[in-house]
Amino acid sequence: MLGWLLLFVVVPTLMLVVISFCERDSLGRVIFTFSTENYVRAFDWMWLKILGISVWYAFLTTVICLLLGYPVAYFIGRSSERVRGLLIMLVMIPFWTSFLVRTYAWISILSQEGLLNAALTSMRIVSEPIGFLYTPFAVVLGLVYNFLPFMILPIYTSVEKLDNSLIEAAYDLGARPARVFGQIVLPLTQPGIAAGILLVFVPAIAMFAITTLMGGGTNPTIGEVIQNQFTKARNQPFGAALGVLLLVIFIFSLWLSTKFRRAEDQ
Amino acid sequence: MTSSNEFAPVLPARRWWLPRGPAIQRVFFGTWTAGVFAFLYIPILLLVFYSFNDSKLNLQWVGFTTKWYGLLLQNEVLIRAFQNSLIVACVTTVLSVVIGTSAAWLLYRYRFPAQQTLGLLIFIPMVMPEVLMGVSLLVLFVNLGLPLGYTTLIIAHTTFCFPFVLVGVQARLQGIDPALEEAALDLGATPLKAFWLVIVPYLMPAIIAGALMAFTLSFDEYIVTVFTSGADSQTLPLKVYGMVRVGLNPQLNALSTLFIGATALLVIASQVFSRNKST
Repeated sequence: MLGWLLLFVVVPTLMLVVISFCERDSLGRVIFTFSTENYVRAFDWMWLKILGISVWYAFLTTVICLLLGYPVAYFIGRSSERVRGLLIMLVMIPFWTSFLVRTYAWISILSQEGLLNAALTSMRIVSEPIGFLYTPFAVVLGLVYNFLPFMILPIYTSVEKLDNSLIEAAYDLGARPARVFGQIVLPLTQPGIAAGILLVFVPAIAMFAITTLMGGGTNPTIGEVIQNQFTKARNQPFGAALGVLLLVIFIFSLWLSTKFRRAEDQ
Repeated sequence: MTSSNEFAPVLPARRWWLPRGPAIQRVFFGTWTAGVFAFLYIPILLLVFYSFNDSKLNLQWVGFTTKWYGLLLQNEVLIRAFQNSLIVACVTTVLSVVIGTSAAWLLYRYRFPAQQTLGLLIFIPMVMPEVLMGVSLLVLFVNLGLPLGYTTLIIAHTTFCFPFVLVGVQARLQGIDPALEEAALDLGATPLKAFWLVIVPYLMPAIIAGALMAFTLSFDEYIVTVFTSGADSQTLPLKVYGMVRVGLNPQLNALSTLFIGATALLVIASQVFSRNKST
């Protein structure tokens, strides 16, 4: 197992770093020389803007998922045992359904000839179909729809562990619901929130298929650019350099969350 | 006849429709949850509903039909892709179960140097962005001179699937009674035999849950597959992506419905299974 992890996780990652310092020849093959040119290029305004947009989309997605998902996780976690099993199953089904299928569901609603436009035009609310798809709105909607279960499940796990007597004690001592929530429930479910943020934010930055399908490639995200460099553009070293930037963000988030959890343990 | 409690003391009217304190919270959270479930399920249900519609254009309900499912069964490209997905997912599941279970046991039973680092390393493939995993594996395979195909695909899928099995099995090992293994060894079993005849049956629920998870993850995987599959090992998600890009298509609705149905069955099965296990 250790060998497997070393060979297929650690070594490839290191190779990615090595290649990011290489150059390519005119056929797109990698030449092993040392050059920082890829990074100079990666820090160009154009690519930084793409990275910025990706982080912004991911940030919006995380915040919306947290706002939508927390009350759901709380409600499920505080339900009776039988209801709980059923509701959590209802969260699991979309969680396990292929994200392509779920993205297609929204495309069939939002596209030019989709359900929403058909309904609007048949009711004569609009005369021309509206371009809902291929907008930043659609991208964030697609990401939220995809990642929402990833936020609900870890928060649910920590709500489920809540000690009910603490909450009852607070009420008995005259605390109002808002105060109970802010001073007892929220701090105790923080590990779940942290895990949820980690599970949504980093993958959302790097996600490309949803953003391509919902955004139409007009505002490419960092994941789309990396994919393009490795496939169509055949510029592996530059793609690798962008990948290393993503890797840095990933490691930083991981470090932040373990630090967070360690502070939690103490 | 009058009601029997006509002379009962008059209690202040309990306005049950006006909940207070924690109850009002409950109503609010309940409504919110219902709304979020509507958000999660309405698109999926519309997809399923229109897969039975006898019209190429979506909105108008023309009549019930299963012709889109029939067309699906004649679509050889999709069937071929489905077979590829099945092969990859099955091999990945077997490999993940073997590696994940044995690694969990070794980590539990024996002490290693750098055990903590190893414990952290296991989480990396689970949370690493899929693009990075796909791209770095592609670089590795190209430099090893390994042609992209079933082998590379299975290696890539196993890499992110087996940690899920490992973590599940590890969780179950936490609750194991050490006397189980000791008794087996005292009765003359070799460590290997004790593992196989005593520990593995005990771990079975976690192993099956992990296997289901590994199968689903592998079967649905798109992003890592993009980078690590060859021309002859195109899986179903790659084909589905191609179809989604082209646009609306009732056949795709039918295919999606099958995906959703299979997933729902798997989730319900594993839920029922885990409930039986705990009783």
